[in-house]
Amino acid sequence: MKLTRLLATAAVTMGLATAAMAEKTKVGFIYVGSINDGGWNEHHHHSAKEMVAHFGDDVELVFQENVAEGPDAERAMTQMALGGADLIFSTSFGFMDPTINVAKKFPKVKFEHATGYKRAENVSSYSARFYEGRAIQGTIAGRMTKSNIIGYIGSFPIPEVIRGINSAYLHAQKVNPDVQFKVIWISAWLDPAKEADAAKVLIEQGADVVLQHTDSTAPLAAMKAAGNVIGFGQAADMAEYAPHPRVSSIIDNWAPYYIARTQAVMDGSWSSIDTWDGISAGMVGIGEISNAVPEEVKAEALAMIDAISEGTYHPFTGPINKQDGSMWLSEGEIADDGALAGLNFYVEGIEGSVPN
Amino acid sequence: MDLSAISPTLLIASLMVAATPLLLAAIGELVVEKAGVLNLGVEGMMITGAICGFAISVESGSPYLGLVAAMVGGAILSLLFAFLTQFALANQVASGLALTLFGLGLSSLMGQSYVGIKPPVMASLHIPVLSDLPVLGPILFSHDPVLYIGLLLTAVVYFVLKYTRTGLILRAVGENHEAAHALGYHVVRVRILAILFGGACAGLGGAYISLIRVPQWTEGMTAGIGWIALALVVFASWKPWRVLLGAYLFGGINVLQLNLQAAGVAIPVEYLAMSPYLITILVLVILSADKGGAPASLGRSFHASH
Repeated sequence: MKLTRLLATAAVTMGLATAAMAEKTKVGFIYVGSINDGGWNEHHHHSAKEMVAHFGDDVELVFQENVAEGPDAERAMTQMALGGADLIFSTSFGFMDPTINVAKKFPKVKFEHATGYKRAENVSSYSARFYEGRAIQGTIAGRMTKSNIIGYIGSFPIPEVIRGINSAYLHAQKVNPDVQFKVIWISAWLDPAKEADAAKVLIEQGADVVLQHTDSTAPLAAMKAAGNVIGFGQAADMAEYAPHPRVSSIIDNWAPYYIARTQAVMDGSWSSIDTWDGISAGMVGIGEISNAVPEEVKAEALAMIDAISEGTYHPFTGPINKQDGSMWLSEGEIADDGALAGLNFYVEGIEGSVPN
Repeated sequence: MDLSAISPTLLIASLMVAATPLLLAAIGELVVEKAGVLNLGVEGMMITGAICGFAISVESGSPYLGLVAAMVGGAILSLLFAFLTQFALANQVASGLALTLFGLGLSSLMGQSYVGIKPPVMASLHIPVLSDLPVLGPILFSHDPVLYIGLLLTAVVYFVLKYTRTGLILRAVGENHEAAHALGYHVVRVRILAILFGGACAGLGGAYISLIRVPQWTEGMTAGIGWIALALVVFASWKPWRVLLGAYLFGGINVLQLNLQAAGVAIPVEYLAMSPYLITILVLVILSADKGGAPASLGRSFHASH
């Protein structure tokens, strides 16, 4: 008797509480790393906070950091959905399947998955065209290298990373036909010790430009120690290493997207979409090109930023062959988004093989 | 594939750097286990040393003060383990695991405001003529001081354990604590000192990562090296020189596999990535076939009244 009354009261209280909070849109974020990692996760969180600042009291932010990719992600998202979240952003590639699974159980909750390719009625996907930024980096790298050896630290062999390697190589090779790429995969997004070791090995093998698709500043520290090597900021500006060795960077800026999507949930106009924006939409920012880069190289890079931004140039414009020499894109042909999204091969000229 | 791009000299020089944190942590743990204590908290003590060393060297501007702070930090954390296992007679396995979890959490809390900061640089020793020698120079004479401390420590531990009275007492405590007690040695005191030593070594190993090898602070940056150190002690059958060999082998193959990747060798990356673990274990297993074994009292609690 007592128990039933207690439960009933609780139910009523909860009902009231929910009603009172109904006007607030609850937005959740799931991060794979910590929110002060200086890279990927920090920028997502920073953008999330900008979104909150934009809406003020109309939104409530909930987030969970250091969520492992896999079953733990399902638990975190389920908990968030049960906690009344209206919209959940899951911000790592490995959250893709967990997001789809949880979304099935909560058809009324909207989900947004970053960098994946699976969608559902209530799951959107979004990503940034980082390869546009890689084209700029490749141009600077090809012009700046004296040893003609460019090192590349890869994280996981997923299309996003392979696209970056291809784009950087194509543009380095365009300005410097002798350029050679050396790629090291470290199987981690963030592992400073491994990243530092990889950077040192690349430098020892003659690379005087090192590109990274991993999140820590450890490679830049190794380049600084080596003295005559340049690199780029990844995900964050990493300006503390400017003007040398960091000569520019690719910066993630998700805030406009987060604001737009939260607005859509508030309006009731949300629908499942696939967003892939780049430099033109401001989702990919290019950090200031430092004065360590000669004026004419800087001008060339800036011109390419403008061309990509205006849509007059696409980094994957034919003729481009696959690594084995077979044709991928014919003269003037532009790669379509589907092909880019599933890109799993190196272009002609890159040595080594993509891990599978 | 272009193997000529790999310079053996630079390879050896960088494997020594990659092996040092592992060596420091493992040699400390070896002493602890020789005293009959199994401390599974190496990873926690390492990461605590990494942040203590980082924070103090950033605040003071002196990397050397940072290294000292790292040793003190690791030792203080190990004191907690010493208290739990030597006075409260808690289970050593459980206490060690708890120490690792605690160390990981504590370090991430302490490190909140140190993310993205550059520490003061520790200069490598540059010995005028010697470091300019063609092959030997880069390998032997142009490293940071801590690397040499690691080598020296291995030699000292070997010597002390084998040839001194202190070493004999330590081993006696680890082999048969009741007999050692009956002979009048203070088992608990010896073990606490050994645990403190292990903590200081692990702390120094952690600071080597955050101050010299990387150098920066990131949560969880020791990335399992403490666990590898624990395994290394077992596979090296509690012998200091084998610990050194194992650490260099592990560090060496790790650096080699990165070199092979960069040189475009056609072995799948996954095999390369697991090779350091496999080969190190394999070699040490073969080596340990002769004899050797764990100290007899390893992992057992001691109390004078029992």
